[in-house]
Amino acid sequence: MNAHVIPPAAPPNAPVVALRDVHKSFGALKVLDGVSFAVGRGEVIVLIGRSGSGKSTALRCIDRFETIDGGEIEVCGRRVDDARLDVRALRQDVGIVFQSYNLFPHLTIEENITLAPHAVKKVPKAEARALAAKVLAQVGLEEKLHAYPEQLSGGQQQRAAIARSLAMQPKVMLFDEVTSALDPELTGEVLKVIEALAADGMTMVLVTHEMSFARGIADQVVFMHKGKVHEAGPAGILSSPSTPELAQFVGTGL
Amino acid sequence: MGGALNINHLLFLGHGALWTIGLSAIALIGGGSFGFLVALGRVSPSRAVRLLAATYVQIIQGTPLLVIMFLSFFGLAALGLNISPLLAAGASMTIFVAAYLGEIWRGCIEAVPKQQWEAAEGLALSRSQRMIKVILPQAIRIATPPTVGFMVQIVKNTSLASVVGFVELTRSGQIINNSLFEPFIIYSIIALVYFSLCYPLSRLSRRLERTALHKKPALA
Ligand SMILES: Nc1ncnc2c1ncn2[C@@H]1O[C@H](COP(=O)(O)OP(=O)(O)O)[C@@H](O)[C@H]1O
Ligand SMILES: [Mg+2]
Repeated sequence: MNAHVIPPAAPPNAPVVALRDVHKSFGALKVLDGVSFAVGRGEVIVLIGRSGSGKSTALRCIDRFETIDGGEIEVCGRRVDDARLDVRALRQDVGIVFQSYNLFPHLTIEENITLAPHAVKKVPKAEARALAAKVLAQVGLEEKLHAYPEQLSGGQQQRAAIARSLAMQPKVMLFDEVTSALDPELTGEVLKVIEALAADGMTMVLVTHEMSFARGIADQVVFMHKGKVHEAGPAGILSSPSTPELAQFVGTGL
Repeated sequence: MGGALNINHLLFLGHGALWTIGLSAIALIGGGSFGFLVALGRVSPSRAVRLLAATYVQIIQGTPLLVIMFLSFFGLAALGLNISPLLAAGASMTIFVAAYLGEIWRGCIEAVPKQQWEAAEGLALSRSQRMIKVILPQAIRIATPPTVGFMVQIVKNTSLASVVGFVELTRSGQIINNSLFEPFIIYSIIALVYFSLCYPLSRLSRRLERTALHKKPALA
């Protein structure tokens, strides 16, 4: 009877995220110049490359923070490049965490986390609070439920921001240099949380400058250079790059 | 009246001072409500609404309050619409305050970092949810010191309502002076009353600004 109102399910082995020949310019500046990559369910893709090579823009296009000029982006069976896209439905499936944690300073950690599940997904308050406790335990911050963001260290704030995203139960998580704003001694605790997520089977696309972390977690590494995917492959390409650009990039450390 | 300054004169001034406070309150509530809509209009996603709100602000900021008072009292009367001095003064103050508070508050909304909008968008909140739950609570904190500071302007500007015959503090001083001819004493008293109304407000505003600077998200 109501079979026709159910959207066609994506084939079981379809990629969760796929970019196909994506082009994006800001004015005269070409930032993405035919970028393609795909992320399967449970896969971890690490985007690396120099500053300005288009990594953040690629991530932002996946979550429709930027609209693209050409090519296709598919996320969980939705065409993100379609002008009629239900953007809020897309964003329920995609969690995004930024470099500058962006917790809401006027809300407690618990309120930060319960806000979207309650307001967007209509999860009842009590249930949302239970959810908050669960995701906070997942990032090791269960005792910070009633703290305000300013009372946490940078590393704790970033873990709380990850928890806030997780509470929406996304199908894929995007991380954009989430440790770059942190003091070196605080990056480890955040990276550990991401590693635990990966081990749990979360599908992820992450941009990072932490090469040893990338090597350990990536199913696939995508090296971006001048708006193009210059080299891509398993984490092994970091130890034996085939292009001089990647060799130089990993050689310089960052 | 006539003769020397006596207790009745002072009571009359006191009555005028109460109306100055009353008109300030009307201006703050009326202008605040309307100004809130102006601020939202200035940051609206709709171009037409933004333009409308900006035009309103431009016109009112480019018109002396005195002229707005004249227009709403004598102008409307000439068109056959007789309104009381209180209504004319209250409406003029509301129209005037809305433009300025609207502009101050637009600045406060825009002062909330863009990343807060993006974080809220990333969590799939709707535009009104982002505004109500994330942006406005932060904007209100930013807005408190300048709003209290602007209340000083409101109190002082109510003196212009004397031109439409509204008997607030300044007008009651004029009336007493017309019979006593003691302008120096009478206007000194009036200046003192304005000062004692405004000084605590500007002190409070400065204190709020300082605390806002020292510990950013202070109140819970
Ligand atoms: N909104 C924008 N408007 C104009 N230029 C932008 C915008 N966002 C990014 N850019 C430019 O696009 C280029 C790629 O940026 P980005 O994707 O942030 O690179 P990465 O994350 O790899 O450092 C940079 O030159 C940057 O200045
Ligand atoms: Mg970047």
